[in-house]
Amino acid sequence: MAEIIRHPKALSVNPLKASAPAGAALAFLGINRGMPIFHGSQGCTAFAKVFFVRHFREPVPLQTTAMDQVATVMSADDNVIQALATVCGKSKPALVGLATTGLAETQGTDIARLVREFRAQHPQFDHIPVAAVNTPDFSGCLETGYAAALKGILDAAVPDTTAAGVVGKRKKQVNLLLGAHLTPGDVEAIKDWVEAFGLRPVAVPDLADSLDGHLIAEDFIPVTLGGTPVSELATLGEAAATIVIGRSLKGAADVLKARTGVPDYRFDGLMGLDACDRFTVLLSELAGIKVPERIERQRAQLQDTMVDTHFMTGLRRIGIAADPDLLHQIATLVSGMGSEVVAAVTPVKAPLLADVPAATVRVGDLDDFEALAREGGAELVISNSHALATAERLGVPLLRAGMPQYDLVGGYCKTWVGYRGTRQALFDLANLVLQNHEHITPRPSRFAVRPRDAAAAPAFATGH
Amino acid sequence: MKASDIAALLDEPACAHNKKEKSGCARPKPGASAGGCAFDGAQIALLPIADVAHIVHGPIACAGNSWDNRGTRSSGPTLYRIGMTTDLSEQDVIMGRAEKRLFHGIKQAVEQYSPAAVFVYNTCVPALIGDDIDAVCKAAAERWSVPVVPIDCAGFYGTKNLGNRIAGEAMVKHVIGTREPEPLPPEVVPPGITVHNINLIGEYNIAGELWYLTPLFDELGIRILCTLSGDARFHEVQTMHRAEVNMLVCAKAMINVARKMEERYGIPWFEGSFYGITDTSQALREIARIIGDADLSARTEAVIAREEARVRGELEAWRPRLEGKRVLLFTGGVKSWSVVSALQDLGMNVVASGTKKSTEEDKARILELMGDNTIMLNSEGARDLLNAVYELKADILIAGGRNLYTALKARLPFLDINQEREFGYAGYDGMKELVRQLALTLESPVWDAVRRPAPWASRAMVKAGPEMGDSPDAEDAEDEQPGQGSTATVGSADFDPAHAA
Repeated sequence: MAEIIRHPKALSVNPLKASAPAGAALAFLGINRGMPIFHGSQGCTAFAKVFFVRHFREPVPLQTTAMDQVATVMSADDNVIQALATVCGKSKPALVGLATTGLAETQGTDIARLVREFRAQHPQFDHIPVAAVNTPDFSGCLETGYAAALKGILDAAVPDTTAAGVVGKRKKQVNLLLGAHLTPGDVEAIKDWVEAFGLRPVAVPDLADSLDGHLIAEDFIPVTLGGTPVSELATLGEAAATIVIGRSLKGAADVLKARTGVPDYRFDGLMGLDACDRFTVLLSELAGIKVPERIERQRAQLQDTMVDTHFMTGLRRIGIAADPDLLHQIATLVSGMGSEVVAAVTPVKAPLLADVPAATVRVGDLDDFEALAREGGAELVISNSHALATAERLGVPLLRAGMPQYDLVGGYCKTWVGYRGTRQALFDLANLVLQNHEHITPRPSRFAVRPRDAAAAPAFATGH
Repeated sequence: MKASDIAALLDEPACAHNKKEKSGCARPKPGASAGGCAFDGAQIALLPIADVAHIVHGPIACAGNSWDNRGTRSSGPTLYRIGMTTDLSEQDVIMGRAEKRLFHGIKQAVEQYSPAAVFVYNTCVPALIGDDIDAVCKAAAERWSVPVVPIDCAGFYGTKNLGNRIAGEAMVKHVIGTREPEPLPPEVVPPGITVHNINLIGEYNIAGELWYLTPLFDELGIRILCTLSGDARFHEVQTMHRAEVNMLVCAKAMINVARKMEERYGIPWFEGSFYGITDTSQALREIARIIGDADLSARTEAVIAREEARVRGELEAWRPRLEGKRVLLFTGGVKSWSVVSALQDLGMNVVASGTKKSTEEDKARILELMGDNTIMLNSEGARDLLNAVYELKADILIAGGRNLYTALKARLPFLDINQEREFGYAGYDGMKELVRQLALTLESPVWDAVRRPAPWASRAMVKAGPEMGDSPDAEDAEDEQPGQGSTATVGSADFDPAHAA
C-alpha cells in the first residue's frame, strides 16, 4: 500500500495538472452532436480548446458564456441563459454540456437554477438535454472534471427505470462507462473486445467515435463529429450489465446503478494480463459463450511478449506522472513486469492512490516529479509531453502517456489496453529501453599498442 | 483593475480609429464567442522575456492548460519555459490565503531560480476576491531585492488585444527606463561606423524568425536594444528608453508602449512589418530614415539591393508554382495586412481577408494593398469561412492554428501563421521558408486522394447543408453590416463572386 505524500508548496512549478472544466469538456466531447460550454471568461474556453485541438489534431467545439467585467461584477446569469439559447438555436446540438469555472464559482453561480430558468424562457429547446456540472478550477483536475461531467450526462439523460423492470430487456447490451485515462484508441479496442463475444457495447462517453480522427463526408459540423448517441442514453436501463473502467467514475457509476438497477462490474484499468483476464471472464459469463479463439490467441501473444520483453522491463527504475487512474493503470503494468516505480506523482488526492504499486505517491507537479525521479535514479519516465524538458534534464527517455501529447502525432490513439494493447505498450516500453541502452565506457588497456586507433577514434584514444 | 483604467487603456490617441467604435474591441456574445482573454494576451506579449520567472496567480486552468505552448524561442536562458502558478485551491479562495501564497510563491521562484525579475500575472479569481497584487509585488521586491512586476490582466477585463496593452503598460510603468544599456565592447563595433540603437516592439521570435533579421541589423551597425519581447532579457527591457527609434512590428496591440515612449523620452516610432521582401526593405529603409544618418541610409540601400536580388533570384524557381494562386487570408487581425504584402511579392492573389479583429486602420491598409475589390470577412464562424473559400475559389486558406483542423477536415490546403507555428517567415530568408510551406501544402498529393470517393461508393465529398447547424460564433444575419464603400461581405446581398474573381 502506497503512502500518499502531500507537500504543499506555495508555487506549482511545471504543472502536471490540467483543469477540471477541461476534463468536463472531454467527457461532453464523447457525446454525439454534443456541445460543451464553459461558464467563465472567454480565455477559460480558449485555453481548453487549444489544449484539445493540439492534442487530438481535430477541430474541437467548445463555447463560452463570455463573462466580461460587467457580468463578473453585476451578474452573469443572463450570460448563461443567452449562451444556452444561442448554442441550442444555432448549432442544433443533441446535448449541451455546461461546466462552471473558477471565475463563475467564485462569483457564486447556481447553475442548476439557471438551467431551470433557461427551460422556462426557452421551451422550444426542451428536447435538448443540458448536463450542468460544477467544476471550479480551484478543485480537482482533468480526471475529476471528466467524472463529474459523466455523472452530469447520466443525470440529465438517463431516465429512472428502476421500477419499470426493464433490466436485461436488451440481452446483448453492455453499458461501458469509460474513464479519462482511456484514449480513443483504447475505447475502440474495448468495444471490439466486447463485440468479439457477440455483445453490443454502448460506450459512455464514446471518444472512439468522436475524437479518433476521421474525415467525414461533410466539410464542417459545428458540434462533435460522433460519440454516444443521446438516444442510446435512454436505453442504458435496459442493458444486461454495466462495466465501469476507472475508479474515478465511482460517483457516475453509482448514479447509473441507482437510476437503472443494471448490475455493474467495476475495473480500475485494463492493462496487463490480470485485468484483461478478469474482463474476458466477465464477458464470457455475460455472453454465455466460451472465450473466442482469437481472444485466446491475443492472450498467448501477450504472454509471449511478456517473456520477450522482461529483459528490458525487469528491475527497471521507472517514474510515472499522471492523473490517478492512469498512474495506477500504468504502474500496475510495469510493476507486474518486474520494474520498480521509483517516482509516482499525481496532481490530486484520490482513494485509488493507496493501491498504486509504489512505496509512495506524491501529490504534486512535474518539479516534484523531477526531484523524485532523480533521487530514485529513474531510468525512464512516463508522462505527458510537458515532461519532455523534465526527461531531458534527467537525461532519460520519456514515454508519452496522458494529455497533452503536443509533440507526438497519433498520441491520442495509442492503444494500450486489452491483450493486444498491453502487448503494444510493452513493445513501446522495451524499445525505448533498448534504444537508450547505456554502453560500458571503453577503457582499453594502456599497454595495448594500436597506433591506427588514434585516427579512427580520437575520443577514446585520449582517455586515461 | 478599475473600469476607468480599462477604459483609459482602450482609449488610444495614437490610433487613427480611436474615435470610432472599435470592431476589434466589441463586447463578446455569450455562446457565440471565440478567442482568448486579457490574461492570454498579456502572457503572449511578455512570456518570451527569457530570464524572467513568469508566475500566473490563479487556479490551475490559466497556467495548467496553457503553459509550454508557445512557438517563441530563446537563444539563452530557458527560465520562461518553466511553468509557474500559485494553483489556488478552494481553501485559498475561501480563507483569503491567496495573497500569502503568492508572496511565498515569489520567494520560492526567487530562491529556486534566481530570476532577473519576477512577473506576476493576475487572473480572474484573485481579481474577483480582491487580492492586492501590487502590494504583494512591492513587498516581495523589497524583501528579496528582485524586481517583481505586477501585471493585472484578469481574463474578464477584456480581449487578448487589451491584454497586450496591459502588458505593455506594465512595462512602461514598472520596467522601461530603470537601467542604462551596457556599453558596447569596442571590439564588436566595426571601424568607421556609428552604432545606432533601436527597439522592435511586438516581435515575438516565433520559431526563431527574429534570427533571420539579426544578421542584417548587425551588418548595418544597428543594435537592437530590446525586442518586446522575442528572445529578450529583462535588463534589455529596462533600457528601451535609450533607443533612437521604435519599430512597432505589424501589430497595433502595443501601440501604447510606442506612444508613451514618444511622450516620455521623445523616441519616434513607426509601424512596419518583416513579412515579405517589400515590407522588410521598407522597414529597414524607414529605420535608417528616422535615425537620419546618411551613411547608414546608404549602407542600408546597398544591403537591401543585395538581399532583394539574392532572394528574388532564389524565389524565381518557386514563382511559377505559386503565381496566380488564390489565397484566403484569415488572421486574428494584426497580421492581415503584413502577410498580404508578402504574398503579393510571390505573385499570389489574395482574394479576401478576415477583419473581425482588425482595427479600422488595419482595414484601411488592407484596402490600400489589395485594391478596391477587396473582400473582407466579418464573420469568425467556420461555416462562413468555408463558404467564402468555395465562393471565392480560393486555393489555400492562411489562418491561425484555431482554424487549422477546420480547413483540414474540409480537405483544404492550409498554412498556419499564428504563434504556435513551427516555421519562421520573417525577413528575406523567412520568405524562402514561406514559399516552401505554401508549395508543400498547395501541391500535396494528399488532396486528390482524400477528395476522391471510395471505389465502391458513389458519392463524393458533400457539402454541409443548413440542417447540420452553424457554429455559434457565426455572424447573426441581423447583425450583418452592409458592405461599406467597395467592401463586400461574403454571404451578404451585395456580395458578388464574379466581381470578386
